Amino acid sequence: MTVPESTRLARRLVGQAQPGEQIEVCAGSAVRTEVRVHGGMVESLTVAESRGVGVRVIVDGREGFAHAGTFDADVVDELVAEARDNAVFAEPDDRVGLAEPDGVVAVDLDPWDDRIASTSVDDKLALAVELERATIGADQRVRNVRTSLYADTRAESAIVSSLGVDGWDRGSSCSLSTSALIDDPDGSTRTGGAVDAAGAPQELDVEKVARLAVERGVQLIGAGPPTTGRPMVVLEPRFAATMLGIVAGMLSGERVVKGRTPFADRLGESVAAAALSVMDDPTDPESLAASSFDGEGIACRRVPLITGGVLDGFLHDSRSARGLDTVTTGSALRGVRGTPSPGHRSLSVAPGEGDLERFISSIDDGLLVASLQGLHSGVNAVSGDLSVGVEGVMIRNGQLAEPIREGTLAGAIPRVLLDIAAVGADLERLPGGSLVPTLVLEGLTLGGGSAA
Amino acid sequence: MLDHELINRTLSTAMSTGGDFAEVFVEDKRSSSAVLDDGRVEELTSGRDRGAGVRVVVGDTTGFAHTADLSEAGLRSAAEAAATAARGGGGGAKTIAVSPIEVARRAPARIPPEDVAKATKVGLLTLANEAARSEGAAISQVSARYGDSRRRILVANSDGLLAEDDQVRTLFSVSCVATGDTGLQTGRESTGRTVGFELFEETDVEDMGRRAAQRAITKLAARPAPSGAIPVVVGPGGGGVLFHEACGHGLEADLIAKGASVFANRIGDEVASPLVTLIDDGTMAGEWGHFAIDDEGRPAAHNVLIQDGVLTDYMWDQLRARKEGRPSSGNGRRQSYQHLPMVRMTNTYITAGQDDPADIIAATDHGVYVAQLGGGQVNTATGDFVFGMTEAYLIENGEIAEPIREGNLIGNGPEVLTRIDMLGDDFQMGSPGTCGKDGQGVPVGDGTPTLRVTSLTVGGTAA
Repeated sequence: MTVPESTRLARRLVGQAQPGEQIEVCAGSAVRTEVRVHGGMVESLTVAESRGVGVRVIVDGREGFAHAGTFDADVVDELVAEARDNAVFAEPDDRVGLAEPDGVVAVDLDPWDDRIASTSVDDKLALAVELERATIGADQRVRNVRTSLYADTRAESAIVSSLGVDGWDRGSSCSLSTSALIDDPDGSTRTGGAVDAAGAPQELDVEKVARLAVERGVQLIGAGPPTTGRPMVVLEPRFAATMLGIVAGMLSGERVVKGRTPFADRLGESVAAAALSVMDDPTDPESLAASSFDGEGIACRRVPLITGGVLDGFLHDSRSARGLDTVTTGSALRGVRGTPSPGHRSLSVAPGEGDLERFISSIDDGLLVASLQGLHSGVNAVSGDLSVGVEGVMIRNGQLAEPIREGTLAGAIPRVLLDIAAVGADLERLPGGSLVPTLVLEGLTLGGGSAA
Repeated sequence: MLDHELINRTLSTAMSTGGDFAEVFVEDKRSSSAVLDDGRVEELTSGRDRGAGVRVVVGDTTGFAHTADLSEAGLRSAAEAAATAARGGGGGAKTIAVSPIEVARRAPARIPPEDVAKATKVGLLTLANEAARSEGAAISQVSARYGDSRRRILVANSDGLLAEDDQVRTLFSVSCVATGDTGLQTGRESTGRTVGFELFEETDVEDMGRRAAQRAITKLAARPAPSGAIPVVVGPGGGGVLFHEACGHGLEADLIAKGASVFANRIGDEVASPLVTLIDDGTMAGEWGHFAIDDEGRPAAHNVLIQDGVLTDYMWDQLRARKEGRPSSGNGRRQSYQHLPMVRMTNTYITAGQDDPADIIAATDHGVYVAQLGGGQVNTATGDFVFGMTEAYLIENGEIAEPIREGNLIGNGPEVLTRIDMLGDDFQMGSPGTCGKDGQGVPVGDGTPTLRVTSLTVGGTAA
């Protein structure tokens, strides 16, 4: 097999290491196709390749970094010197250093499907056109579609270091998404969106995306502000994954080392309802987020986070691991434009009991969430405060009742985990790769403008 | 940045399949940043991105390709790819000759970031860290970040336009964690301007460190925020985020054209309280959303969107304006040469009112005072929007009382605009923001005086 250009480039730059210096080079390229369709016409079609190189130089516990969006020699050849110069101005620390290969053999994954490259642009266009048509056709109340989008990427990257790391990985995936604009008889508009992702265009389910987007919007027709209260909150797998993703973000080893998470001193303690077991599993070949190597070239592996409600571990890269006298969990995330930091790739929840329908039928006063808004401004991973905008459908006496919008859901994340009332058995593989069931939460405050 | 003849040949290639419009966007961006965290200067980073994006428009379809290869071959190949993507119907070669447009001269950065020693930049971080930590033992963690960028762009199109800009931006932020009996709390301060290192002649980073620390310490005593609809007073500066979300995005012509905005077909209508005059202005020198030309080569402009409560205009990019047979308003922006431009805000603000800010608080019997806002998000089709409060207090009997924990507020844009009943005379620009839309982030500024909304829903946990 020929050596990829990214590997050759990375090896060449690593070869410039001087005595006493550690160098790591991450180099990669991606080819992206993106089609936006509106009104039956192609609104835009982008076909482009991008490249990038990131260089880390470490001298005497000081780290410097430089990156460039090209493989061109005139720019790339300056990177090592620039990163080296940057290292001079950092202050030394024992935690700073590249990852040492730890002998763990990477799972042999090749999340690559040649059909992404071999499918014609016309066929990709047709998918987005068909999705728009199916969305509009799914219900007569659909007025329009904001955007019908097909996108795919084929990416490859190499990571090479002076400590002996030399990995190369590739991945491809594609997705379809739509957002339906639905007429509410009161003159306002409701929206519903859906996305599907797959390894190849042939596996994307146009009808399902259209149907889900429209169902999600139509169920909100007639919605108004809720009354303030504390209903049971039912999170379908896609929202359960969002919530658990926030939690996993708070379990980053770097946050623990720096005291930026309420879970820092909680290892071995009960932090969640006993029904909850969640791990990060980037080794599952069924996940589109699966990966053989992490951002430091260390083998990805399963990382138990919460087991039976007990905090079992944190997500580490080599630097955060050094800070806690432990070893990396192969959880370094990075792009070529930045240095690694630990995080999750593909959460996997152990199945509990029950499913969405059964939960709804057993709840007297509840809310089935239909959309969450303001996650970036409403989640403080340090304090644990959670406060987001919400749309949904109220549950009364075991039945779906009136839809609501312009509400807020608020609580403290550590409390929310302990107040998980049920973990479903209805595991769903989400477009982002996670494998998550329905969750039912207690104790969140639903806020609204409607008088009680 | 590129030879004019090469630009002409690239545009001619782009038009060779019969496009209606073609454009070359060239960008060369250098950036540097330095981060102090956990008591030490952790990392310095340098970045370089350069390349060109070529778009070709045929009818309603845009073809787009980009390349990091600025050679003749690289540009030709991108132009061909864009032309193919746009599905030109074929037909005649067209010769393009571009000529520079007149753009108002702008003061370049007085102190370009590349002229400043790295040690000097790093020194600012240490000052901010020490000042923050000196605020008390409750401060358990401090991070400070310095960042600068120099972005040179060139835009040329098949109408013969040729324009260039040199955009220098400098940013500084401090984030603190305070630890107390009630857990952890955070406080943040940031400043960013479209200037060079002279930013620090007017910005005291030690003062920023102290303020971020005080904010975190104050919040240790915060009680749960109320839950439900309540009068909200927003302090000067920060309220810009509210308007950015409540109506800014909804006035972007691309969303209007798709019927994806509650403000479609509302020109001439009274859409807001008569107190409200909303302006988007890319010409505000030094502000975070400032530039000489937008990313389609159009001069930045001062655009009145709402005048005394009446909707006067939307914001436009080249594509939408062309269809309507009107000029672009200078709002065509893109994250980088790898992205297509679209309608974006620049510096969006509400002009000052007449009220004394103290009177606004005194006139509020029971409510919430938001001193600092976080980010926000809007669904332009429904008008429902949220924005975060990162420092807020209860108002009791016309006075600012205890601090409350942070959270989001939610409202509906068209309703909230009509519920603004008091507007202060204390206009300020707010903190630098990054506005996200369809996956692209661009720097934006915003500003407001102190203002009151008679009712907004606060997303707290207290009943």
